[in-house]
Amino acid sequence: MVGGAAVETHELRKEFGRIVALAGLTMTVPRGEVFGFLGPNGAGKTTAVKLLLGLSQPTTGEGWVLGKPLGDVAARRRVGYLPELFRYQSWMTAREVLALHCELAGLDRCDWDNEIRAAIDLVGLADRADGRSGIYSKGMQQRLGLAVALLGRPDLVVLDEPTSALDPVGRQDVRRIIGALRDRGTTVFLNSHLLTEVERVCDRVAIVDHGRVVAELAMADLTNERGVGVRVTGLDGAGREVAAKYGATRVDGEWLNVDGIAEADVPALVAQLVAAGGAIHAVVPTHHTLEERFMTLLGAPDESGGTAPGVSGGSAPGVSGGTASGAGSDASGAGSDASAAGQADPAAPGPEASRETRP
Amino acid sequence: MSIKPILSITRLTLREAVRRRLLWALAGLTALIVLLTFWGFSRIAEASPITGPFEMLGVSQVTVMLAFMFSFVLAMTAVFAGSPAIGADIESGLLLAMLARPIRRSDVLIGRWLGLALVLVVYALVAGYLELGAVQLATGYSPSDSMMAPIYLAAESLILLTMAIVLSTRIASVAGGAVAVVAYGLAWMAGVMGGVGEVFNNDVLRGAGFVSHLILPSDVLWRGAAGALTPPEDILSAGGIANAALYKFSPFSGAPPSPEWLAWCIVWVAGMLALGVLLLRRREL
Repeated sequence: MVGGAAVETHELRKEFGRIVALAGLTMTVPRGEVFGFLGPNGAGKTTAVKLLLGLSQPTTGEGWVLGKPLGDVAARRRVGYLPELFRYQSWMTAREVLALHCELAGLDRCDWDNEIRAAIDLVGLADRADGRSGIYSKGMQQRLGLAVALLGRPDLVVLDEPTSALDPVGRQDVRRIIGALRDRGTTVFLNSHLLTEVERVCDRVAIVDHGRVVAELAMADLTNERGVGVRVTGLDGAGREVAAKYGATRVDGEWLNVDGIAEADVPALVAQLVAAGGAIHAVVPTHHTLEERFMTLLGAPDESGGTAPGVSGGSAPGVSGGTASGAGSDASGAGSDASAAGQADPAAPGPEASRETRP
Repeated sequence: MSIKPILSITRLTLREAVRRRLLWALAGLTALIVLLTFWGFSRIAEASPITGPFEMLGVSQVTVMLAFMFSFVLAMTAVFAGSPAIGADIESGLLLAMLARPIRRSDVLIGRWLGLALVLVVYALVAGYLELGAVQLATGYSPSDSMMAPIYLAAESLILLTMAIVLSTRIASVAGGAVAVVAYGLAWMAGVMGGVGEVFNNDVLRGAGFVSHLILPSDVLWRGAAGALTPPEDILSAGGIANAALYKFSPFSGAPPSPEWLAWCIVWVAGMLALGVLLLRRREL
């Protein structure tokens, strides 16, 4: 048992008859971080969440949540949970649902009013808090679920697809709430398919496939894997070799991509390319996106270009021309909510995906 | 083990019964049935004044028939309230959010059982005593044990509620309800066959009745209610059927269950609830 981690599992395995839902999950979620838990459908994500919360028993393996063994009832006092598929008592108002969960969580009666009011305000349900939850839209139900998960200032909040039914405004609200949770030191375990959402809010991600963690990486490392894409014409093979001393190069049509180049070396690279006879049309900073890494790790074809950027070339929106440098460097964080809403599935990249996979 | 989570679930169940208008529906139906009972027996008394043992016997038989119908209504109420109690909450995802809280699955099952049991017992006692009161007011007839009859009926409904809730931990609501209703009918039929075995001194039929009472003791309690509703001994003697075996073991008569059978009913409920907890613990949510 590791007392410092919010969650730690060791070779956690879950079988349903002959079906192996989790093959041996080993991972550590540090306290105070926003931890993204990613994987394709059927990878075992929701099964893992249920094991962590004691809603299901592992076949073998062991794990700890907030320093207590999996399934420990006392530990659940300090955990908030938003299930993926859920429903609350349809005959109750949102306020009554929250009061019920205050009671079930064992909160002091004198704290209920403050807890409920704060949760309702935080998720933006103040206007509808006295309406029956049974007539709520899916998005409002999800807001209510989020409010329930936040009751009692838990040390660990487990969110299973928290934005799947939310509109862009709702998604922005969830990002804001997750940010606020991180600021107050709460660990957030975020299970989501929405890679851009995860990329925006998570400190660290684990990618799970076939019931195992295939990669665990810090988002800072991912975004530090920067490079530059240069749209250049008139350059022969020898000229392109000039770029090799600055980093790993890839050529795709008119785009020459140099991964790992230091930002300070970009002017020198451009100068040498020009000196070698190249005509420079565009210079765009690049970095790997979570989606690219996700697709690479899972061995799936990356329709948006994967780790071989340049497919969208000069036609990639928002990346051409001399002004692209600034815009491109902030692309992952500058996408509009509308574009995030459109990217419901990593396999179906929306406009933001194509922007992020600019050369 | 704290009892607070159990009481929380019990309160939740009672609130749900009120908010979903189950209590109001039962109260309305009770008022209607009591009024109809009073009206019906008043018409009987008007047509033929209830003065002699034969009239009393007639009234007693109608009363037992009425109690049998009430027992059926109670059984159906228990089954249809109990069948979705756990399974529907699992299927809808409602239990996922609740069980992530510091409560046990056993708290949910016992709490749900307690809440629904309270509803059924209060309904059975209030409606039962009001009906017997209406009969007595209209005809002057009072069964041999007016106090115990509604208690046996309430206990019978608890047996069926327990079975329905245990089934709901594993079987879908509709299927569980159907199984419980069929089992209730079979237990009643087996009880009748056991009575026939007593009359004709047939060990096989008597044994079948005994075993069916062991497996599902609802008929034991119905027999207790029917026995409590039979006329007092003096009326039976005056009617000349005090020792008539065929009357004694007819489907609508009986005798108070022995202390051993009552103890078995308690053990049965406790054992079934323990089985339900075990099944629910092993259920994948």
